Parts: sequence; structure tokens; C-alpha cells
Amino acid sequence: MSRHRGKLMFLGGLIAALAVGWLGLPIVLYETIDQPLQFSHATHTGDLLGMDCEACHTFDEAGRFCGVPGIALCATCHEEALGDSPAEQHLVEAFIHPNLEIPWLVYARQPDNVFFPHAAHTVLAEISCERCHGPHGHSDRLRPYQRNRISGYSRDIWGSNIAGIASAPWDGMKMGDCSRCHRQRGIVESCQDCHK
Amino acid sequence: MSRNTTHRVRYGMAIDIDRCTGCGACMVACAVENNVSVPPPPAGDRKGLTWIRVYRLHNERPYPESRTAYLPLLCQHCGHHTPCVSVCPQHATDIDPETGIVSQIPERCLGCRYCMAACPYHARYFTWWDPVWPAGMEEIFNPDVSPRMRGVVEKCNFCHGRRQVALQRAAAEGRRQIRDDEYRPACLEACPVGAIHFGNLDDPKQELYDLVHGERAFRLLERLGTEPKIYYLSSQPWVRRLLHNGIPASRRHPDGGRPDVAALRHQQVLARDPRAEERRRS
Repeated sequence: MSRHRGKLMFLGGLIAALAVGWLGLPIVLYETIDQPLQFSHATHTGDLLGMDCEACHTFDEAGRFCGVPGIALCATCHEEALGDSPAEQHLVEAFIHPNLEIPWLVYARQPDNVFFPHAAHTVLAEISCERCHGPHGHSDRLRPYQRNRISGYSRDIWGSNIAGIASAPWDGMKMGDCSRCHRQRGIVESCQDCHK
Repeated sequence: MSRNTTHRVRYGMAIDIDRCTGCGACMVACAVENNVSVPPPPAGDRKGLTWIRVYRLHNERPYPESRTAYLPLLCQHCGHHTPCVSVCPQHATDIDPETGIVSQIPERCLGCRYCMAACPYHARYFTWWDPVWPAGMEEIFNPDVSPRMRGVVEKCNFCHGRRQVALQRAAAEGRRQIRDDEYRPACLEACPVGAIHFGNLDDPKQELYDLVHGERAFRLLERLGTEPKIYYLSSQPWVRRLLHNGIPASRRHPDGGRPDVAALRHQQVLARDPRAEERRRS
């Protein structure tokens, strides 16, 4: 037994180090923050209302994607509380009546040097929102936002798996994920097509 | 691979030296457009950040014959053997085959400044300090240009952010291409005398085409064979003599514009000090 003691110690240490790196690191690396308001996309896009993504997520006259809509758009329907859920009360009392914007944490927020024209993808290439954002538009509740403590970026950018293995086409929004799709579609790209 | 993004253009510029008054409006407009930071006082001429810089030219003659002109110098977007691209170990600078624009990606740049040594035009600048702006200027940042960090090289990119925005607007309207008037650099718009012309060098319908093929047009250090896409216009013989390199054409390498090493060195000396040739002759 003592003959193999060194090898066992080495293997044990290796397994422990790998476990720390692959299992422990993601827990330490990301901090979890709750969204300021619980919002159900499913309520809006479901059978009852059947709204399209474009009903709230619009382009401005310069073709810029406006991202998450402002409180004024919410107020067109929610000027007074619709229903009696706690989130609805919170929306009306904390944001709509004092006319404050909701400080949403955007899962897909890219670094500052990325130029992503939504119009080129959704209008010209006719790619669906789900290709990159997954079934988010039909989700019942907003999952907690996970922020990388080092880079400050959302976990959605790297993807859920720390090794970078995507579980779905929309899992991960890194440069490599953009490039992969571009190459599949035969798009010739240069650095400045997407970087500013 | 199919090209289904944009059509191929070759953006270039013609700058009329005879019109330029040296006011520096292009330098200010460029800095504002591209979120160029303001280095602290010890920066001076050598370590400052000016994507476009107006140099003063003088014929060095006494009063009655004394003449002054101004030379706005920016990245020349060399189309052949682009010196900065060929030396960059990081692929941080690249020439876009769709537009001919020489790009600079600060996030890839490791700050070795090899490109600055290679550039015959001194059109590249290094950020020696953390970027700072006068108080309040951060409020008016251009959202289409990302500010650079300390320790990287930056330079003119023909206001590429404006091209991206123009393409985005076109995409929202269902167009894949932009019209000529939708994309113009900031220096051109700021120039009060209209000395700067911009457009597609390959399009014979544009005014630029006639200008760069006219008799007044020349390029800086043309015989290096780097095919710069900035053309300068002047009718004044002393300006043309000062900016035109004095290397006889016979010293060119026969295989398409590559000069021999001695000629290259001579050109680099001239690039740093355009008056060296005149002094040598006198």
C-alpha cells in the first residue's frame, strides 16, 4: 500500500484541484442579483394577449434597437394596477406613479466595444429573436441575473457552462458564437464589422 | 464564401492643400467624434493623441517669397503592403477587404508600437495615460465609438462608427447598401473651406474620382508602393516639391512598387522631416 501512496496522493490532489476549478470557481465567480421587478413575458406573449416581441422591443427612426422599453410604454396599459399580484402593485407604486425607469439588469448586455445592429439580423437576415435569446420571450418569470465579478458582464455572454460548451444555440453570446453563425451563413467579416 | 454583406468599395479621400487654412476644425471634430481623450500636459506634440494633425509647411524663403501651407495628416489607409498590418503580431490592425479601411482594434492591441515604427506617415498614436477628458465632456460621448484604454495604439478609421450607424439605418429600412451621402467622416463636415473630399475611389461618377485623377493630385511617399488612399491636391510647385519624394523611379524594384532598402530608409527620413531633402540640396 505504501508503494502506491504517492500516486494516490497525487490523484486525490488532482481530483480535488479539478473539482475546485470546474465546480467551485463558477460559484465564486458569479454573483447572483435579483431583477428589480418580477416580470412575466408569458403573460404578455401568451394566448390571452398574444403580443409580438416587436410590440415592446422596437427600433427608433435611425434603425437603432431600443432594447428594453421605457416606463412610458408600460404605463400605456398599466397606468393603474391590472389585477392584484404583488409584482403588479410594486410596478405601479414604485415605478409608474413616481414615473421612474425600472433599473433592469439586461442578460444580453454586450461589452462597450461591440456594435450589434439588431436590424441587420432581424430585418435583413430574418433571424428570429429566439435564435439568440432562446425561449426568454415565453418565460413565466425573470431568472436571477448572474454577474461576473471580474469582468462585470452577464453570465449569458460566456454561457451557462464554464467550459464554454453550449447546451443550446442561444447558450453563449461570445465573439466565437457570433463568428460561428456568420461562417455558417458565408458572411465575410472583418474586425470593424462588429467592433467599434 | 459568398459575399452577402455589402458591395465592395474603396474609400478614399482628397485633401486640397491650397484650400486648407490650417484652422484645425478637422482636428477638433475628429477628437469629439471619436471620443479621443485629452492626455495631461506633459504629453505635448510627441505623446498627444491626434488622429488627424495639421502640419505647417513653409518654403523657408525670406519675406517677399515666403509661403505657408497646411498639411492635414491622417492615416493614409495604405492599400498595398500595408506596413502596420504586415508587422502587427496581434492581428489588432487589419485592412477590410470590403471597404479598404485600415482598422484598429484596441482590445487586441498589446501596445508594442511596432505598427508605429512601421508606419511611414506617423499617423498612429499611443495612449500613454489613462483616458481622461475635461470635466463634463463624458456627458457628450459619441455612443457609436468605444473609448480606448491606456497602453494601446489608436488612429483614424474614417469615422467607421458613422458607417456602422448608416448601415444599421439602411438595414432597418431593408437595404443592404448605403447611399454615398449617408456616410461621411467628421473632419469633412467640419472643414469650413471644403478642402476635404471623401468617397469611393473606384466610382467614376463621384467628384472624388476626377479629383484624384487630375493633375493636381499626388500622394505622400507614393514610391514606397503602399498605395495610400489619401490624395493631396496642390497647384503650388513648392508644396508639391516639398511633399513629393525625390527618389527617381529607376530605383524602384521592378516587381511592382517595392523599393530597395536604401530608398526605403531615405523615405522614412523624409517622412519624419519633410524638409530634409531641401536642406540637403541647398
